Amino acid sequence: MRGSSPRMTASFEAPTSYITTMRPQDILLPNAAGLCCKPGGFHIDPVRPVERAVITHGHSDHARAGHGAVLATQETLDMMRLRYGENFAGSTQAIRYGEEIRLGDVKVKFHPAGHVLGSAQIAVSCKDTCIVASGDYKDAPDPTCTPFELVPCDVFITEATFGLPVFRHGDASDEVKKLLASVALFPERAHLVGAYSLGKAQRVIKLLRQAGYDAPIYLHGAMETITHYYQSRGIDLGELKPVKGMKKAALAGTITLAPPSATSDLWTRRFPDPVTAFASGWMRVRARARQRGVELPLVISDHADWGGLTATIAATGAGEIWVTHGQEDALVHWCRSKGLKAQPLDLVGYGDEEESETPIPGEAEA
Amino acid sequence: MNRFAELLDRLAYEPGRNNKLRLITGYFREVGDPDRGYALAALTGALSFKHAKPALIRDLIAARTDEVLFGLSYDYVGDLSETVALMWPKAALAAHNNPPPPSLTEVVTTLRTLGKTELPRQLERWLDELDETGRWALLKLVTGALRIGISARLAKTAAAALGDKDPHEVELIWPGLVPPYLDLFAWLEGRDDKPVNRDPAPFRPVMLAHAIEDADFAALDPADYIAEWKWDGIRVQAVAGRDERGHITARLYSRTGEDITGSFPDLVPSLRLPGAIDGELLILREGRVQSFNVLQQRLNRKVVSPKLIKEFPIHLRAYDLLGDDENDLRELPFAERRERLERFIAKLDDPRIDLSPTVPFDSWEALTAARGDPASAGAGEDADAVEGVMLKRRDAPYLPGRPKGQWWKWKRDPHIIDAVLMYAQRGHGKRSSYYSDYTFGVWTETENGEELVPVGKAYFGFTDEELLQIDRFVRRNTTEKFGPVRHVVHEADKGLVLEVAFEGLQRSPRHKSGVAMRFPRISRLRWDKPPREADRLETLEKMLKAEPAEIEV
Repeated sequence: MRGSSPRMTASFEAPTSYITTMRPQDILLPNAAGLCCKPGGFHIDPVRPVERAVITHGHSDHARAGHGAVLATQETLDMMRLRYGENFAGSTQAIRYGEEIRLGDVKVKFHPAGHVLGSAQIAVSCKDTCIVASGDYKDAPDPTCTPFELVPCDVFITEATFGLPVFRHGDASDEVKKLLASVALFPERAHLVGAYSLGKAQRVIKLLRQAGYDAPIYLHGAMETITHYYQSRGIDLGELKPVKGMKKAALAGTITLAPPSATSDLWTRRFPDPVTAFASGWMRVRARARQRGVELPLVISDHADWGGLTATIAATGAGEIWVTHGQEDALVHWCRSKGLKAQPLDLVGYGDEEESETPIPGEAEA
Repeated sequence: MNRFAELLDRLAYEPGRNNKLRLITGYFREVGDPDRGYALAALTGALSFKHAKPALIRDLIAARTDEVLFGLSYDYVGDLSETVALMWPKAALAAHNNPPPPSLTEVVTTLRTLGKTELPRQLERWLDELDETGRWALLKLVTGALRIGISARLAKTAAAALGDKDPHEVELIWPGLVPPYLDLFAWLEGRDDKPVNRDPAPFRPVMLAHAIEDADFAALDPADYIAEWKWDGIRVQAVAGRDERGHITARLYSRTGEDITGSFPDLVPSLRLPGAIDGELLILREGRVQSFNVLQQRLNRKVVSPKLIKEFPIHLRAYDLLGDDENDLRELPFAERRERLERFIAKLDDPRIDLSPTVPFDSWEALTAARGDPASAGAGEDADAVEGVMLKRRDAPYLPGRPKGQWWKWKRDPHIIDAVLMYAQRGHGKRSSYYSDYTFGVWTETENGEELVPVGKAYFGFTDEELLQIDRFVRRNTTEKFGPVRHVVHEADKGLVLEVAFEGLQRSPRHKSGVAMRFPRISRLRWDKPPREADRLETLEKMLKAEPAEIEV
């Protein structure tokens, strides 16, 4: 069980010390627990329990339970609480976008990452050097979270989930139109949309609403908590209903959102001849969609595509790029071809949230 | 082009036949002439232009992208057209000067006339104008590798549905039609008369048989029927006719009406008498009918080499005559058509075309004996190529489809073995939540002692209720999971025995067991049988006849 290690109660007011010259790797360096900031005395998105953790966003591969103290946005803290329970950390501290605080010898400032509700890039400054750990980010519009903010820096740490030029996500609202066209074409079938329960699902619902779809949208049990949280933060998602207890025939012509793993499970037998859709950047590649038995791939991603990654890297003005989790090779090659210093950053434990998603008890067959 | 691409894209993911039909019909309804006609031509393989080579596509992308990035992307995606379509960087064009993407019509008509040297620049322009899906479809189209699991028959059925017509009607007039099929769509939409098939060698919808059950015999009088062998080849229709100038045109059709003449050029010279023969395509070597495995070497070939023709000599064995010169014989009773057939074949007098003999019998007992031992009942050395017997009513006209009570097929009993379920995999479409694909094995002695070795895979034959039972068994008895595949417990005392029926066996170096089954299906679940009592590999090996080694062509 996660979070069973002894808790350390720590606060974020550590004593400062004087350091003369700083190389970027003296400020941030990967170790077994994750990206470690020695002069600041904390880890960013640690994969093991640490004394002090700074968390970029609520996805379970980034936000884990069992840390001593956690610094994150209010939304991220709330999501961790919903997922892991009240005692997910020894202590917590909320920080707003644009707010800067001092931790040890460094200053930490949060900026919107545009990934999911509450997601942040973390700018770590020490002396004259600024490193931005961007976590997961996207530069595309998303009606359910604060837009990505470009942060000029010296070293930019970028994800590379979709770090190949074949990944171009296009306009998410066009993908939603595809879904609605399918619903119109097959009114006697149920449409089952696989979407990660934090962020993706709510974005798809919001896009459906923006496209004029005003019928009730049905939710798999595992979707309910986070989706209701989004609503409580003022994001209007229209009428949502639990799919549990619905009669099979009544689900004809409806749209249901479910975690991706559920769309090929026993659970689908409650639907009339379901059309299986999946909202993910991976759907750009046919073989990936086929592997999953997806009939209606929807290219909707919470991550920047190749164009987004490269444009962002260039725009930060950073002379040095650290590339992590994903297709590092291609992005490192691109950076170097543009005369930027670049290296893969060896961090483990990050990837599709689905793989590490904690099942909500009692929902496995819901 | 983008709308056509969208259709192809959707079809590529849709597993259900009815849903595919609806998607295609929906497209025909929505898209006007002539685009939809060229789409129908693309789906039926009726487009002809010189295809672009993959090397050309590689050159185009190499000129636009970084070699390393292309290499990494191609590795990831695994398909050249798709990789290029996805990563194609559009040329920087002035925003106000973007030409509209080409229509399918423009693409098809341009490709027909375009010179080889102009092709690269034209492709480049189109790739700039189209979106990702459009580029993918364009590249699939120009390289001639559509491969989206749509048969010509399915596309024609979708067109027929546009006007609530029977697909047979479309099939009948099809050979006389040319893209973009304006006359066809006008008729389907009720705007014009049915196009007349001026094709001198048209296809006629095929008559099919019902499988006979034991209980059926009681109601049947042997005197009403003629029996003949059911040969294990492929059912075809060989048609020859005279065009306006009196020249003979000959075509070979599959039973669904697909023109397969191109795969069998060696048969064409033999079809020199105007008429339509219903028969079986076989390979004959020194007068002996070869197994279906041998025939398979000739199927689905785009290029037919002289070597292939020499080593796999094609032969037509005639069952029925549907037309004799200008005369349509389909209204005549079978007995009469049979007589006409015998005269026709005698007149033709060609070594590549012979008559399928009838099987004399005066009682069901006699026919049962003949079916049980075709060698002694006239089939002689060709008995292995006999799949069973056909019963045809003497007075039956030739009717399209599967009319009741006219023709019966009575197959030889399938081979049966008891095998043990070893692995199960999830199905597709409606079955995606069920473990419905089963790998089964039989016992053999190895250096590790008694072991099960996989001998085949089956994914049908069971009832819906049995599927539920097996699915439950698989979920409860999984020993390991590998992606979509589950290892199911298979030990001497633990496991599920499946009775597997199959039509034939052949040696296969690709299978660990060395054998491959033809048409395997689950015939029964043997919950009562412990796995230790399942069959052994030796049993299968005994069933293998010494067949000449397959020739790689």
